[in-house]
Amino acid sequence: MALTDELKTLNNAFSGLGVDEKSLISILGNSHPEERKCFRKGTPHLFKEDERLFERWNDDRVRLLKHEFMRFKNAVVLWAMHPWERDARLVKEALKKGPEVYGVIVEIACTRSSEELLGARKAYHSLFDHSIEEDVAYHIDGPEKKLLVALVSAYRYEGAKVKDDTAKSEAQTLSHAIKNADKTNPIEDDEVIRILSTRSKAHLREVYKHYKEISGQNIDEDLDVALRLKETVQCLCTPQTYFSKVLELALRNDVDKNTKKGLTRVIVTRADTDMKEIKEDYENQYGVSLSNKIEETANGNYKDFLLTLVART
Amino acid sequence: MATLVSPPNFSANEDAEALRNSVKGWGTNEKAIISILGHRNACQRKEIRAAYEQLYQEDLIKRLESELSGDFERAVYRWILDPADRDAVLANVAIKKSNTDYNVIIEMSCVHSPEELLAVRRAYQLRYKHSLEEDLAAHTTGDMRKLLVALVTAYRYDGNQINAKLANSEAAIVHDAIKDKAFNHEEIIRILSTRSKTQLMATFNKYRDDQGISISKALLDEEANDFQKALHTAIRCLNDPKKYFEKVLRNAIKRLGSDEDALTRVIVTRAERDLRDIKEVYYKKNSVPLEQAVAKDTSGDYKAFLLTLLGKED
Repeated sequence: MALTDELKTLNNAFSGLGVDEKSLISILGNSHPEERKCFRKGTPHLFKEDERLFERWNDDRVRLLKHEFMRFKNAVVLWAMHPWERDARLVKEALKKGPEVYGVIVEIACTRSSEELLGARKAYHSLFDHSIEEDVAYHIDGPEKKLLVALVSAYRYEGAKVKDDTAKSEAQTLSHAIKNADKTNPIEDDEVIRILSTRSKAHLREVYKHYKEISGQNIDEDLDVALRLKETVQCLCTPQTYFSKVLELALRNDVDKNTKKGLTRVIVTRADTDMKEIKEDYENQYGVSLSNKIEETANGNYKDFLLTLVART
Repeated sequence: MATLVSPPNFSANEDAEALRNSVKGWGTNEKAIISILGHRNACQRKEIRAAYEQLYQEDLIKRLESELSGDFERAVYRWILDPADRDAVLANVAIKKSNTDYNVIIEMSCVHSPEELLAVRRAYQLRYKHSLEEDLAAHTTGDMRKLLVALVTAYRYDGNQINAKLANSEAAIVHDAIKDKAFNHEEIIRILSTRSKTQLMATFNKYRDDQGISISKALLDEEANDFQKALHTAIRCLNDPKKYFEKVLRNAIKRLGSDEDALTRVIVTRAERDLRDIKEVYYKKNSVPLEQAVAKDTSGDYKAFLLTLLGKED
């Protein structure tokens, strides 16, 4: 194992998303104690020299490794789950983790169909003996509370019927609210919340069209400073753009663990719905196919599982 | 307990024929209509409509709408619809009034079970191609909008789990809100519109234990503004729906000329559910049977129909 090739492979086996089980088995499994010592000495980011003259595992790395080994298990468990239970658990987890991940709540409330969201609310009753809106209203404080409660409570009309003048005037309302962002935070504006949380998706698409005519920009571009609202607006009518962005972030090198979890979440929850459109959008936006990027960044069983899910469409 | 008296065996085709006979030709046989429809439950009425459509290629509802008139027609129209559809119609009427009739909305969202409320929302979408909350939000503003939209979009947990600590802390929040009359609107709306009914009962009970009076009494205020009145109504509906309906009926009858809308609404929507219990509460509070009060204040076919729904024997 003194060969640097094997050292490199082992290093890779432990870096990225998931672990390369096969290499670990064939290289580490077949190694002599001396070779393992070389391995430990050759990977200072994994092991450090202890004052008592032995190489000890870096505790932080061990913790991270635990997550990496679990990625495959989490993906499988999430995939086998009923979509309702999946969404209910994802919301609960987001509530527990705190404001940085509230985007997941927006994601679920806005990209699911009305019946899917309803199902998630039912499952939430069974799993947690509370209603989603109850917990969201109770645990979230701060400007996004009203919007999030409204989004998870929605039961939107799903037909195609749209009233054009209403769409036009509501585009005006939104444009006005966004222009006055320095006076009132648009995320707390009652009219913004009403429009985004009660109107049907077909209606909102018309609203966005009119918005572009009025302001010259796409509405999500104008919301760059208000992240939750930007996510809301994207998730409601152009979910593929939103999802491919989540994937792109998750597949970067130095991102926090919540961002990385986006990879499993998006692929598992969308593999049966709009994965094809997400793949197309991803390739158009970032110039590389999603499968290739996963091949580069992920390892082992986790990688194979994801690639299988992605290749289904 | 329901007051509706309906036969266990019936023939949808016979009923459809009889109804046809009562509307064809000159004039209308209202007695026959009352005697048939006033004794059929929701399932049976649905079958009759289907049979009528099949036999005569005509919508029974539309036919009755054109043949009947006034309070009687409004009552029959509401009665003959499916319960969820009926509530959707009532909600839409309430919303479109120039001054949104918030009581109807609050009643519906607080008295129904979560699944019943969901059925109303679905029926509303089917009929009006909008979501209930969409229309409601567009026709209301400010705190009233917040309260009403929150109430209709709720999908409350319907189990028996109670968190006593939470009940204590939320009873305190409610108490502060009422005491200061400043009504920390966000918090009280949150509690009333998201907590499960059992959790709310625990909260109301704790309030009563701490303050010595029930929460509905604590909210009585002549000068209350619309929003406070709405909160009051929501709390009464959540706390004790039968007492609430008794009061609606009492006010409807007391008013000069009586408020037919409210009278019809309560009798038609509760006849198959708990109108019998409401009658008992009414008798206890007014020393006069509900039928008597209704008979005194209404007349003609409208009166006959209401009394039939109240369980009068033919």
